[in-house]
Amino acid sequence: MTIVKYVIGFVLSLVLTMTAYWVTVNGIDKTTLYLILAVLALVQMVVQLIFFLHLGEEARPRYKLATFLLMSFMLAIIVVGSIWIMDNMNYNMANMSPNEKNDYMLMQHDKGF
Amino acid sequence: MKDAVEEKFLFNKTTIGFWLYLMTDCILFASLFATFAVLRHATAGGPSGSQIFEMPLVMAETIILLTSSFTCGLALVALKARKITQMVVALASTYILGAAFLTIEISEFAKLIGEGNGPAHSAFLSAFFTLVGTHGLHIFMGLLWLLVLVAMLMRRGITSKWVRQMTLFALFWHFLDLVWIFIFTVVYLMGVAK
Amino acid sequence: MFGRLTLDALPHDPVTIGGVAGGTVGLLIIIAAMTYFKKWGWLWREWLTSLDPKKIGVMYIVVAVIMLLRGLADVAMLRAQQAIFATSPNSPISPDLFQQVFSAHGTIMIFFVAMGVIFGLINLIVPLQIGARDVAFPLLNSISFWLFVAGMVLMNVSLGLGEFSAAGWLAYPPLSELAYSPGTGVDYWIWSLQIAGVGSLLSGVNFLITIFLMRRKGMTLMKMPIFVWSVVTSMVLVIFAFPILTATLAMLGLDRLLGMHFFTADMGGNPMMYVNLIWAWGHPEVYILVLPAFGVFSEIVPVFSRKKLFGYTSMVLALIAIMILSFTVWLHHFFTMGAGANVNAFFGIMTMVIAVPTGVKVFNWIFTMFRGRVSFQTPMLWFMAFVATFTIGGVTGVLMAVPGIDFVVHNSLFLVAHFHNMIIGGVLFGAFAAYAYWFPKFTGFRLHEGLGKVAFWCWLVGFLVAFLPLYALGFMGAVRRMDHYDASLGWQGLFIAAGVGVLIILLGVFFQVVQLAYSVWKRKELAVGPDPWGGRTLEWATSTPIAEYNFATLDAVHDRDAYWTVKKAHEKLSAQYYDIHVPNNSGYGALIGAAALGVGFALIWHIWWLAGVSMIALIALVISSTQRTDVEHVITAREVALTEKRLRGKRA
Repeated sequence: MTIVKYVIGFVLSLVLTMTAYWVTVNGIDKTTLYLILAVLALVQMVVQLIFFLHLGEEARPRYKLATFLLMSFMLAIIVVGSIWIMDNMNYNMANMSPNEKNDYMLMQHDKGF
Repeated sequence: MKDAVEEKFLFNKTTIGFWLYLMTDCILFASLFATFAVLRHATAGGPSGSQIFEMPLVMAETIILLTSSFTCGLALVALKARKITQMVVALASTYILGAAFLTIEISEFAKLIGEGNGPAHSAFLSAFFTLVGTHGLHIFMGLLWLLVLVAMLMRRGITSKWVRQMTLFALFWHFLDLVWIFIFTVVYLMGVAK
Repeated sequence: MFGRLTLDALPHDPVTIGGVAGGTVGLLIIIAAMTYFKKWGWLWREWLTSLDPKKIGVMYIVVAVIMLLRGLADVAMLRAQQAIFATSPNSPISPDLFQQVFSAHGTIMIFFVAMGVIFGLINLIVPLQIGARDVAFPLLNSISFWLFVAGMVLMNVSLGLGEFSAAGWLAYPPLSELAYSPGTGVDYWIWSLQIAGVGSLLSGVNFLITIFLMRRKGMTLMKMPIFVWSVVTSMVLVIFAFPILTATLAMLGLDRLLGMHFFTADMGGNPMMYVNLIWAWGHPEVYILVLPAFGVFSEIVPVFSRKKLFGYTSMVLALIAIMILSFTVWLHHFFTMGAGANVNAFFGIMTMVIAVPTGVKVFNWIFTMFRGRVSFQTPMLWFMAFVATFTIGGVTGVLMAVPGIDFVVHNSLFLVAHFHNMIIGGVLFGAFAAYAYWFPKFTGFRLHEGLGKVAFWCWLVGFLVAFLPLYALGFMGAVRRMDHYDASLGWQGLFIAAGVGVLIILLGVFFQVVQLAYSVWKRKELAVGPDPWGGRTLEWATSTPIAEYNFATLDAVHDRDAYWTVKKAHEKLSAQYYDIHVPNNSGYGALIGAAALGVGFALIWHIWWLAGVSMIALIALVISSTQRTDVEHVITAREVALTEKRLRGKRA
């Protein structure tokens, strides 16, 4: 854990943040932009995990790394799953007015899912 | 010899335990992120992200928090080398930068609420305020923790317990920086994208 | 001054007044007796402030048993209504009260009975089985327990002050939103679960670290007793699922408290997101409860078959598979909400897949019994009953995993019967088996076998009589949560049968109480040694009663069935004692629990000053608890030697 590591991490993080900002203000099409931003954020996550949080430096057994990987997997399931489910819900309910949706959801009281 | 083994065990126990807590916090934020993602277009006639976000300020917040994370790391390095003055300076910078971040965030919130765009205005704003506010609450807790650390330092000096606590705090602070990267990307950058 | 809290909050209808009066009188009698016998100091010193996981475990179970009795009283009311009064317009239980009672029944049984029993069991058994003297964070353990108690108290306060949620045990919006439930009921639900949930989360972290870092020397991961493995998987689910609950409850709370619009139907809110999130927690929660029960049976079957567990590795892999898969099936709780064919098909298939590792476990247990010398004592009887009922529940579960079939039977009593098959047949029977199995380890005498068998048969028969009619009623179209139906439907006979089943179950509970009282009375005759069943794992290597430090010496472990190999080889435990550090008692757990209770109560009733004061107190207590200096005391080697001699007699 030396000062060099922190400096590298800091500089890399700054560069990645500036790049993300620069790409966003210089408007490109949305899909590409989202993809680039996601990649930049994930790269910065890895940078900070290694240089700031020192993940991977622990001695075996690597409980931190193992729990982090498991957490990332579960997190991906929850986030991607939720978005996928809700997109489908919204698609199927697109022609429902808020009132109809309300009545539909209230049905769970006496006739739930 | 026995004490060294004992101390190493204590250190492992607390850091890995705290790490597990951070993992649970990740899932907490993930739930808020998922909700934000689902509700991000639900502006209900109110403003959307690109209409209310002031990107220069947000960028400043990001740099400030990142620097504060960096100085926190420097404090840890100084502690390892037992350079106490350097460490105190680094910790003070961390605190000031963290407080500056929180001040900007609160003023941003206050301005939005003053303009009538409070969290009760639309589902999008509810999700925005809650996600960013939860991060802010963590920062607030971190600042409180730092004060407690300073008080502990003044009372008892550098003890092995203090070193453990300081290490946990550094983990917490870096973690909050990490969460902010995703808030910055998902909420702000993707929010203002045309 | 007191927010929304006025005299109107006191109960009005006779049923609730009766319940509150009964509860209050009971509480007053206990308080009076405690004062008369001057037991408060003893209670505070020996139990409430204790950081000994053995004592915390017992306290968890005491709370859970009290809550079980309340949950059963609730259900007796529900079934009485459905069997006797449902076809007539006049009934003592109003529709609104009926809704509160079924909401309370579900909430209590899951959060305060099942969770309490599971955490109690983990506290009692895990440190012993891994050969440790303590948990990783003793004070945190006490705080978790007290947060659990605070949630429980808050939940029960709703009986006498205000009302409880009438929105079902998971409080779906928009019904649980301010527009439809303006009273305090849903707030009680939110805050009692929020507080208890944080406690569970902290326990999850605590026990994972305990198991990761504090195992006896030589006990590798693949040499851990299978119950410990089941706890690992269950606690992993706790730490990854409970934050979702915390976030979801917080968002519903913000909707209600600050007028936000997460789950309202207007202003862009999306009630379906709530259903999605709550089940992303709720499905893993089912496995959080049932995995330790699997672990219990995996301990009991080898001991009572005199064989080692069949397929240890496959058992561990099955646990891990269930752990991961349980995060991929949550949509099957709302197939009919409208996600469409693709999504439903995916989650339907995942649901069927999860039955495979569960099936592996059932076969492993049966193969363990195969050609073993099986003795059918009470723990084993519970296991046999579990296999039968759990398989029925599993089969009906796979049936409902087919979205097409789910569209037919969803929300019916068929579903209710299914999940009671899983929770009672799985979790509760597992808890009862564990109770009969480990009771002598902690008390020094066993439970009376004959009365145990009577109680068992009452439970099993009562369970079948109470729930099999519900499958039929579900097919006939009876929906859940129904307090009135038309007499011409011809359902009353089956409802009466289900009601009789509940009575038989209550008879079983009665015999369990009698069994406990009788066993305590005849404890001299029922006294047993430290290893009454021929146990295989380390908890049976301790003395009975167990010393505060669990193990006097920390001999290395060589084998999966650690104690069995020691006994086989006639190895002597080393008699070289060292000083042992044990944690001091601490009142912080109780105080932090009290502060959390204050925060919850104040937020329910909008008493802002109290919320502020309690919040500051809570933070101050947490900070000051980290500054303790007198954390532990030393039991000297000499004292250890004396204690061992006293507890083990001449054999040591």
